[in-house]
Amino acid sequence: MHLALATILGGGGGPVNDGPVAAAIKNFSNWLTEPTRYSVASILAVAGILYFRKFFAKVSVITIFFVLSTAYFVFAFQDPNFNAIITKPDNVPIVILFATVIFFTWLSLRRAVINDERTKRGEPTLEGELSKQKVFTWPDLVYSELICLVLFTAAMLVWSILITAPIEEPAATARTPNPSKAPWYFLGLQELLVYFDPWLAGVVLPSFIVVGLCAIPYLDTNPKGNGYYTFEERPFAISFFWVGFLLFWVSFVILGTFLRGPNWSFFGPFEYWDLHKLEPMVNVDLSTYFWVGLLDKPRPDNALLREAPGIVLLVGYFLVLPPLLGKTVMKKMVTDLGMIRFNVFMHLFLWFALIPVKMGLRWTVNLKYFIGMPEYFFNV
Amino acid sequence: MTKLFKYVRESQIWKSVFRHGYPDTPRNRTLAVLSNVFLHLHPVKVRRSGIRLSYTWCMGGLTFFLFLILTLTGLLLMFYYRPTADKAYEDIFALREHVPIGVMREMHRWGAHLMVISVWLHMYRVFLTGSYKPPREFNWNVGVILLVLTLLLSFTGYLLPWDQLAVWAITVGTNMARATPFLGHEGPGAALVSFGGIDFIHAGDDVRFGLLAGRFVGEGALLRFYVLHCVGFPLIAATLMAVHFWRVRKDGGISGPL
Ligand code: HEM
Repeated sequence: MHLALATILGGGGGPVNDGPVAAAIKNFSNWLTEPTRYSVASILAVAGILYFRKFFAKVSVITIFFVLSTAYFVFAFQDPNFNAIITKPDNVPIVILFATVIFFTWLSLRRAVINDERTKRGEPTLEGELSKQKVFTWPDLVYSELICLVLFTAAMLVWSILITAPIEEPAATARTPNPSKAPWYFLGLQELLVYFDPWLAGVVLPSFIVVGLCAIPYLDTNPKGNGYYTFEERPFAISFFWVGFLLFWVSFVILGTFLRGPNWSFFGPFEYWDLHKLEPMVNVDLSTYFWVGLLDKPRPDNALLREAPGIVLLVGYFLVLPPLLGKTVMKKMVTDLGMIRFNVFMHLFLWFALIPVKMGLRWTVNLKYFIGMPEYFFNV
Repeated sequence: MTKLFKYVRESQIWKSVFRHGYPDTPRNRTLAVLSNVFLHLHPVKVRRSGIRLSYTWCMGGLTFFLFLILTLTGLLLMFYYRPTADKAYEDIFALREHVPIGVMREMHRWGAHLMVISVWLHMYRVFLTGSYKPPREFNWNVGVILLVLTLLLSFTGYLLPWDQLAVWAITVGTNMARATPFLGHEGPGAALVSFGGIDFIHAGDDVRFGLLAGRFVGEGALLRFYVLHCVGFPLIAATLMAVHFWRVRKDGGISGPL
């Protein structure tokens, strides 16, 4: 792989002698990908794309995007630090993930925009037009399946011949590599470990993801948008899934793979993975803010009393907020969904929302824990 | 030539296998699908919209196809691989050293990565087309279990090369289990599970210990992961895939506007 790509693109290794423009691009990339900016920028991107979807659904937009990203990639490939991380054979799939997710997101958006316009004009959707015709499985479906299969096998073979599967040093339980990373598809969860303890990031939140996915068909009672792409007939569902899947899953996987180095510290794409880069940890518990900062007293010894502010806050968040919202701004939702669905949805949603809330508080006021009871391994 | 084909197709052997004529008439096309156990997971007729690549992205089909490639290459790898702490690494290493242009390990590894991606994209597509809505709620749930199984398959396989990458990735992953509420020795509430001063949950018997057959990723974990990876999870996944495809058909084929 290294060889194949390196001969095509050149670069890799060698000292870095950047001109002013190259240096500026690299510095800007390093600056922009810092986790806070990265997350805020991707939230803005998702919101912007959904809002200006008519513009982003254009073929020219996606073409320009892919041309530019290819150019960027070729440029970045010359840099030894970028090169070192992107050419790891196991990271090739992440590049594929990036490209396919963007492409298919665009494709679905495009079809949604077209369908929404057709519906407005009173015409059937793209799928609606075609679904009146039925074709025989043999040969129409079986043949296209066969063609896909052959092309795909060929591609797999080429890839497998070009890139040898890596094998590292034999296992040594005494020598911990730095960074130690989980398999790439769990790096989104590993990223959450920055903000939450393992019992939440590694056990409770993943369980809620699975439960939440299972619950989707029973919570979404909107009968529209079944069997065709649309945005306007289910704006909330689509936006929600975009945020969950694109931001909190895929983009975190990419962040964890390319931008997290030794000690899980952040490294820009053009930064050298320096083992000694340490980020200062100055995070403060809510209880300290409350007792020391607000009341100007030492923190009480009794753990329950000490953590009372956080406990009250979270109990309020999970138990008072849903009925409160249900009685006020979300009245319509309660009548649409019924009590049970509404409550299940709200609890899943509040757990999900806890992630950005905590991230925001960490970035702004260095909050460590709402409730910090290390005595009982109970930190939230 | 035509004569030869005709002869073959009218021979007793051919007719004992295929119970229909060449599928160029509606009747024979129907029979071709109905009388073949593999094809009959498909409906006889499908909506034209449903087989468009721009609709399904072919991601479910690709996932299934990758599963087949992985089964085949995995089977071949099993011939060369011994799941013990002193042989595992050696065997994988030997595969590279001794097999010229061997691609089995590559196909298996890249295929596994791709399957994770394609199953995510498949789920994404199903969500975006609202295909989980009635009557397909149950099949969506079967799908969620398949998603979890795909990740578990990949996770258990990650350990088998027994190199630094493998062992430490699994260590990082399974360390989470330590923190399981009530069941992990560093989880909230674990201290409550004690009677008469005896702690029932400690590093030597919590869920992590159960997963790894030990306090750290060692030989016991390797064997456990191997068995699950090669036998347990594939069997469950294959069974559920059959259910999944059957339900696609029974729920009225690939979704489309009513
Ligand atoms: C090993 C994993 C899986 C395999 C092999 C698989 C395979 C397939 C195939 C071949 C189809 C036919 C249509 C298509 O290709 O899109 C399909 C449809 C479907 N799949 Fe999956 N799938 C898997 C996982 C999932 C997951 C993770 C979900 C959702 C969470 C899911 C939910 C569905 C649903 C609801 C349909 C019906 C879609 C429709 O009618 O449009 N499947 N699956």
